[in-house]
Amino acid sequence: MLAKRIIPCLDVRNGKVVKGVNFEGIKEVGDPVAFAEEYNRQGADELVFYDITASAEGRGLILDVVRETAKRVFVPLCVGGGIATIDDFRDTLRAGADKVSVNSQALNNPDLIIEAAKIFGSQCVVVGIDAKRDGIGGYTVYKNGGRVDMKIELGKWVEEIERWGAGEICLNSMDADGTRNGFDKEMLNYVCSKVNIPVIASGGAGRLSDFSEVLEETGASAALAASLFHFGELTVREVKEDLKKSGITVRV
Amino acid sequence: MIAIIDYGAGNLFSVRNALNYLGLENIITSDKEEIIKAKRLILPGVGAFGDAMDKLNNSGLAETVKAEAVKKPFLGICLGMQLLFEKSCEFGEHEGLGLIKGSVKLMKPEGNLAVPQMGWNSLEYNKECFLLNGIDEGQYVYFVHSYAADCSGDYVYAYADYGGKVPALVGNGGTVYGAQFHPEKSGEAGLEILRRFGEL
Repeated sequence: MLAKRIIPCLDVRNGKVVKGVNFEGIKEVGDPVAFAEEYNRQGADELVFYDITASAEGRGLILDVVRETAKRVFVPLCVGGGIATIDDFRDTLRAGADKVSVNSQALNNPDLIIEAAKIFGSQCVVVGIDAKRDGIGGYTVYKNGGRVDMKIELGKWVEEIERWGAGEICLNSMDADGTRNGFDKEMLNYVCSKVNIPVIASGGAGRLSDFSEVLEETGASAALAASLFHFGELTVREVKEDLKKSGITVRV
Repeated sequence: MIAIIDYGAGNLFSVRNALNYLGLENIITSDKEEIIKAKRLILPGVGAFGDAMDKLNNSGLAETVKAEAVKKPFLGICLGMQLLFEKSCEFGEHEGLGLIKGSVKLMKPEGNLAVPQMGWNSLEYNKECFLLNGIDEGQYVYFVHSYAADCSGDYVYAYADYGGKVPALVGNGGTVYGAQFHPEKSGEAGLEILRRFGEL
C-alpha cells in the first residue's frame, strides 16, 4: 500500500529561502540546499522548491539550487514557479527535478500541460491550484499568486487538467492559507471526488493534528507545509510519527 | 567502475548523483568498449518500452548488453528492469532483452487504485537477495510506473503490494538484477541497495 506523503515546501527567491505569509510580506531566511538536507534527515518524502524570483536575471539560480540538492538528497524533488515553456520543463528536469509544477501558466496556456505530459510523462506534471470560496457555495480558481480570479469553477478545472494529462494536483486553499486553522478538508474532498490523480493538500497547517485529520478525513495523498517546518515549530519526523500513531501508512 | 548505460532514455544523472554520493566510481557511456571494460553495469530508463528497445537495437547496444549482463553484476532500473524480460505489451508487442523469463503488462490493480503507481511503497521479501541483506523488510522505496513484470516468483526477490503483488526487485539468480522502483530516489534504503550493488 502506498504511504501518505509529507512534503515540506521551500519558497526560494534569487536562490535563497523565503516564506510568504498570505503571499505578502516576504522575508529572506536562508540556504535552500541546507534546508533540503535537513528535511531529508527528518524523513521528508518529497521536497518542493517554489521559485518566486521575479527578475529574469535571477531565474537560473533555482536550477543551481536543484542541481546541488540532487547531489545530496535522494528523494523526489519538485520545482514550481515561473515554468512557462517546454524548454523550462526540460531545463528543470535536467537539473535533477523529478516533477515540475505549473500554476498560472497552465491557466494561460493549457497546451503546456498537454505537451509536457506527452513529452516527459504525466508523472512529472504537477498542476498547482490556488482556489477560494466564491461566496455562493462554490470555489473558483485564481492565478498570479492569488491575485487574479479566473472565474473558473474548481471542479471543472481539475477534471480538465486530469484529462489533459496532469499527473498530480497540489491544491492550495486561499481561504485556509496562512490561517493555521488546518487544511481545507471541504475543498479537498470536493476535488478528490472529481479526479483519480493524487491530490496534495496545501495551506492552513498549524498544528500536529491537522496532518492526521486531513489524511484521514479526505482523499489527499500527501500534505504540504512551508512555514511550520521552516521555522522549526514542527519537524517532519514529529508529524510522521504522529501519523503512524494514528494508524496512517507512512514511511518512517 | 560502474558503467551507466546511456541509450537516450533519460534520468541518468540521478543515478550518477547517487553513485557519486556513495563514492562509487562511475561513467555514463554509450560506448561498447567501456561497457565491456566496466566491472558493473546499470541500465536506467524512463519512457516507453518499444521506443527504448528500438534505441538499444538501433545503436547495436542490445547485443553488448545481453552478452555483458551475464558476465558481471547488472542492475536494470524502472524501465531498465522491464527491458530485462522477454516481451512487453506496452503500445503493441515488443521483444525485450530476454534475460529473465516473463513479460511486462499494464497494471490492473484491484480496488480501483490509480495507474501509474506513484509514490512510496514497502518491500515484501520473497527470496533471499544480497542487495537486500541488512535492510529490514517493510522498508519503503519510490515507485513511478504503469506497467509491471509478470513472471514466476522464482525470479522475484521482493514484491510491493499495490492492489495485488507487483514484482519490485527481480533477478535471474545470477548476475542480473532489476528494480522496478528507483533506488536513486528511495532515500537511505535505496542508497543501501546501490551500495550493496557496488559490493557484488
